[in-house]
Amino acid sequence: MPETHKDWDLIIKPKSNLLDLQLNQVWKYRDLLFLLVKRDFISFYKQTVLGPIWFFLQPLFTVAIYMFIFGSIAGIETDNIPQPIFYLSGITAWTYFSECVLKTSNIFRENAGIFGKVYFPRLIMPLCVVISNLLKFGIQFLLLIILIVYYSFNGYHFNFSVFNFFLIPIFIVFIAAFGLGVGLIVSSLTIKYRDFALLLSFAMSILMYACPVVYPLASLSGKMKFIVLLNPMTSLIEGFRFLLFGYGSLNIYSSLYGIVFILITVFIGVIFFNKVQKNFIDII
Amino acid sequence: MQTVIEVENLSKAYQLGEFSTGSLSQDIGRWWTMFRGKEDPFLKVGEENDRTIISDSNVVWSLKDIDFSIQQGDAFGIIGRNGAGKSTLLKLLSQITNPTSGNIKVKGRIASLLEVGTGFHPELTGRENIFLNGAILGMTKKEIKGKFDEIVAFSGVEKYIDTPVKRYSSGMYVRLAFAVAAHLEPEILIVDEVLAVGDAEFQKKCMGKMKDVSGEGRTVLFVSHNMTAMNTLCNKVLYLANGRIKDFGEANAVISNYMGADIKVKTKKIWDHSEQPGDDKAKLHSVRLLNYNEQEIDVVDLDQGFAIEMNYEVLQQGCFPIPNIHVMNQSGDPIFVTSQSAEPHFNELGMHKSIVWLPANLLNTGEYIIGIAATTLSPLVTHFFVKEALVFHIIEDMNLRQNDYKGTIPGLIRPKLRWNSVKLS
Repeated sequence: MPETHKDWDLIIKPKSNLLDLQLNQVWKYRDLLFLLVKRDFISFYKQTVLGPIWFFLQPLFTVAIYMFIFGSIAGIETDNIPQPIFYLSGITAWTYFSECVLKTSNIFRENAGIFGKVYFPRLIMPLCVVISNLLKFGIQFLLLIILIVYYSFNGYHFNFSVFNFFLIPIFIVFIAAFGLGVGLIVSSLTIKYRDFALLLSFAMSILMYACPVVYPLASLSGKMKFIVLLNPMTSLIEGFRFLLFGYGSLNIYSSLYGIVFILITVFIGVIFFNKVQKNFIDII
Repeated sequence: MQTVIEVENLSKAYQLGEFSTGSLSQDIGRWWTMFRGKEDPFLKVGEENDRTIISDSNVVWSLKDIDFSIQQGDAFGIIGRNGAGKSTLLKLLSQITNPTSGNIKVKGRIASLLEVGTGFHPELTGRENIFLNGAILGMTKKEIKGKFDEIVAFSGVEKYIDTPVKRYSSGMYVRLAFAVAAHLEPEILIVDEVLAVGDAEFQKKCMGKMKDVSGEGRTVLFVSHNMTAMNTLCNKVLYLANGRIKDFGEANAVISNYMGADIKVKTKKIWDHSEQPGDDKAKLHSVRLLNYNEQEIDVVDLDQGFAIEMNYEVLQQGCFPIPNIHVMNQSGDPIFVTSQSAEPHFNELGMHKSIVWLPANLLNTGEYIIGIAATTLSPLVTHFFVKEALVFHIIEDMNLRQNDYKGTIPGLIRPKLRWNSVKLS
């Protein structure tokens, strides 16, 4: 038997490089990624009367509730920015982050059925979460822009510049990356010990109040401000608002801290994910 | 012929038991040991996978040191009892989980029919699901588009293609799912009949697809408990037992080896003195399954006759027990009973041996149970009746089939009859 060819298409080995993300495999399955995103998008509003309008209604309801509770009852000031767009900007950014974390953290358990039957690069699923939610983010962002334009016509002055506008995508990428990183870490930990999944929902609500979603950073001082600044999401949300409205505090040091923190988180997340993805089906 | 799959030294260990605080502290211990550069203590204690033995370690080797290779165009069967490691092997081959040690080299795309309907989303329409499912199985959008009409026609659900699949009947659902899987064109197809759910028609479709694929010179991996199907479809068979290779080679030889080793199979029984069945007049000592040359056999060939031999003792002068055997199918339903026709006048005190010869081409392939009894007629007394004295398989060498039909032939009996056909006009 002539055994000259040794060009195997696939070699299955017990261990591989933890940093090898097999991005070429992900690229090969890009159609799947696209179809999964489409599935998420369509199934979100299937069998609803209002259809895609829900993508707008959801954040609007939340804004209304926040205006009532934090604006009227608690009387928290909003840095001279009209309440609706102040809350909406915070909610849009925060929701994108928290959805990425929560959905990614569940990735193995939710897809155990598919993962247990067929192989495709596991990274497709977290990427699908990030992209699906980016679409939702985009719709909410569009709503935000519409409101900003509306308020500009009604006499509000925003320090808006085109340069700032081009910086916004960088912030979005960092929000997505942080959500993905945290989600990957939690997803890897929950495979064997589900305690982490239960802890996560508490952690997320604490994190939300420990970052300026319902209040401006400027309203804090001293110890409180220091604690809130420890949260990498703080500089992201403050920066996001600064780029949109021209008001708020964008500190170079806290931004730098946020970026380093996020990069480390993503790095750890990827290593964790790569470590568990090969055998998780045995223990989930 | 080129090698399409090469498996070297493949092993897979599983951790048993619940995961809780105990396993957490154990995990931390493991990490610490490995951190200090020592070997993983988790794997040292592993032992052979035998479910019937309770081991003190909580690690089990589902597969251990497996080596084999598959050539292009092989119809490759994998057999073994439940828990032998068949499914683990398939999981490793299809990259669902990773081996603990060893490696697998693959040439070409692997797809398996066990993943029928994986990733179907109930809210999406048939059309949307075809694309999604196809992509999950590894097709590109372009490939699916090219085969879309074919898939829809094959599934026979044209009318409902734009209806969400949650409104489909289960039959339609499976047909659509199967249509997608059947239009994958992998170089290597895995069919796990053990896991394949669905009605008989569906299973038949699976088998048909398999035959097509192997007919086209592509490679098929087939796992089944149905030895007739295995014998019909496969040319090479791998026999796994407790995670190790027990036998590997030509289908016929390996299958008969497996059937002989079946836990239920009993082809010989000798009772201890105290346990001999019977009453104060006659006692059964032993029973054996033999071929026509009176050699012990484990498995019966369809076209070979076989014999059943019993040794019994007559304990009372003047008692003439008639030996008889009951031939039953797998579920214990009697097929026939045979006994020596006249009262044997040689039956006197002491040991006796009776043999009954069963002709070739009498019983069909399958599992059979033999009951052994001895009865005196007037008055009617049954001295002993062992209902499951022997259990064995009858198998068929597919190479000896006279015609091209390679499927199962139904029925309990399989007589060779004389046929005559003449042209009338």
